[in-house]
Amino acid sequence: MMSILVIAEHDNQNIKEATLHTVTAALALGDNVDILVAGFGCAAAITEATSIKGVVKVYAADHSAYEHQLPENMALLIKEITFGYSHILMSATTTGKNIIPRVAALMDVQPISDVISIESQDTFKRPIYAGNITATVKSHDAVRLITVRATAFDAAAFTDNPALVEVIDKVHDFKKSEFIRDDLAVSERPDLTSAKVVISGGRGMGNSENFKLLERVADKLGGAVGASRAAVDAGLAPNSMQVGQTGKIVAPELYIAVGISGAIQHLAGMKDSKIIVAINKDADAPIFKTADYGLVADLFEVMPEINEKLLKYID
Amino acid sequence: MKILVSIKRVVDYNVKVRPKTNASAVDLSNLKMSINPFCEIAVEEAIRLKEKNIATEIVVVSIGPPEAQEQIRTALAMGADRGILIKVEGESEIEPLAVAKCLKAIYDAESPDLILMGKQSIDGDNNQTGQMLAALAECPQATFASELCIDGGHAVVTREVDGGLQTVRLVLPAIVTTDLRLNTPRYASLPNIMKAKKKPIKEMSTDDLGVDVSARVTILRVDVPAKHAEGVKVADVDELLDKLKNEAKVI
Repeated sequence: MMSILVIAEHDNQNIKEATLHTVTAALALGDNVDILVAGFGCAAAITEATSIKGVVKVYAADHSAYEHQLPENMALLIKEITFGYSHILMSATTTGKNIIPRVAALMDVQPISDVISIESQDTFKRPIYAGNITATVKSHDAVRLITVRATAFDAAAFTDNPALVEVIDKVHDFKKSEFIRDDLAVSERPDLTSAKVVISGGRGMGNSENFKLLERVADKLGGAVGASRAAVDAGLAPNSMQVGQTGKIVAPELYIAVGISGAIQHLAGMKDSKIIVAINKDADAPIFKTADYGLVADLFEVMPEINEKLLKYID
Repeated sequence: MKILVSIKRVVDYNVKVRPKTNASAVDLSNLKMSINPFCEIAVEEAIRLKEKNIATEIVVVSIGPPEAQEQIRTALAMGADRGILIKVEGESEIEPLAVAKCLKAIYDAESPDLILMGKQSIDGDNNQTGQMLAALAECPQATFASELCIDGGHAVVTREVDGGLQTVRLVLPAIVTTDLRLNTPRYASLPNIMKAKKKPIKEMSTDDLGVDVSARVTILRVDVPAKHAEGVKVADVDELLDKLKNEAKVI
């Protein structure tokens, strides 16, 4: 029987949305899915993990060495509990990509990054060349270490029937790395990667103040606000808002690209959105080739108009 | 302080690649090749540390076909001191784990204080090699670096993480992988390109290093993903909102 270990990503309080999508990928591989929650003062996250539907057992490692999920300590901890597992999965976030290859090297395994489809126990699909090519790959390693692209799988549900908890007391402290600080963007809006609606601005926004035009519309739709790499590089938005190959990968129900030309790197981050709207004053902008609905117009005229008229259309 | 920088020869980022007609692999024949852009940022960062008199020597290593010598020459022209080319025979390229094992052998031979690498290559998009080398060399790691300061025996690194920025401090020797905003690489000047022709490049093979580079993963096929179909242009805001509400049913 296949046993799958999922490594949870969390902030010691809540399990990150991307981990729920990874559990769904794990359940596509087999029924015996366990999850590791390693953190510090993370009782709430452990409890939340026990209520994820399909999880059999939660490993709980609660120690200051794991507070920031530093890869050096996490890799040593994960390696210790891998016995008997056929697959080890983590979401393909900056945290998952930081940790899984380090574990893989300790286990002498070639990991598979950014999996978007599980074809069988050993065969997976993943994007290469900035999403311009999809590769179907077969792993010959005895254990498969995988990072999962969250947008390709649904979120797992929750259950009232909690999984059992196994406490891990052993502490791994590599000691050569030290967390100094986080400077995290604080937002009341939903997380970009899990929002149903995403409105992104490009260099055409002109300045950071103008992003308010997008925020007002996003708030009416319960959406998140993103930015193109050009906008981030120009200092109009922080890096945490970047949508694209080197930023966040999003696939919302509705994606609205405002003042974005549509570079390949940007398309790689949003082309799997269900409905794409492009608003750009340049009728030849490549973004229109990927958009379900294109509006050739000055964003500074139409965004306030959308904001004003939207209430008539939403329930 | 000695810095080791690893670089990869990849298809130039402006080139759009296609699968071969039998879908067995990406067709790389007659395409323009360059240093992987993230690796170029790693080379630039090493040179800036040398210009600040923090680094004393920069060694550039590449693992690839004999032609990867061109990319090493480019790095030498930018300002690196010497090169190492680990030649891989045959068409297929070796996987990140095997690359990490080769780099571990070079790490043992060179004993650098800092290893700078790109966070990923723009062909395989794996984002693995730096983390794997760090594990094999038992070094601390900082991926997605957007700022790097050397402070005595430590590297203080700001990382671009999903929620914003994270700063960590690592004991040297350490491995740092670069993100886009760490710096903007320079162009090599003509005199420096000429000078680079005289800088030494040592060549060796994976066999010389005693590393098993056999594949753990087989590529079964490669395809062009389905495109998001081009839709319609709408005349005004009213038509757009009407279509989103009544046709697409997303608002």
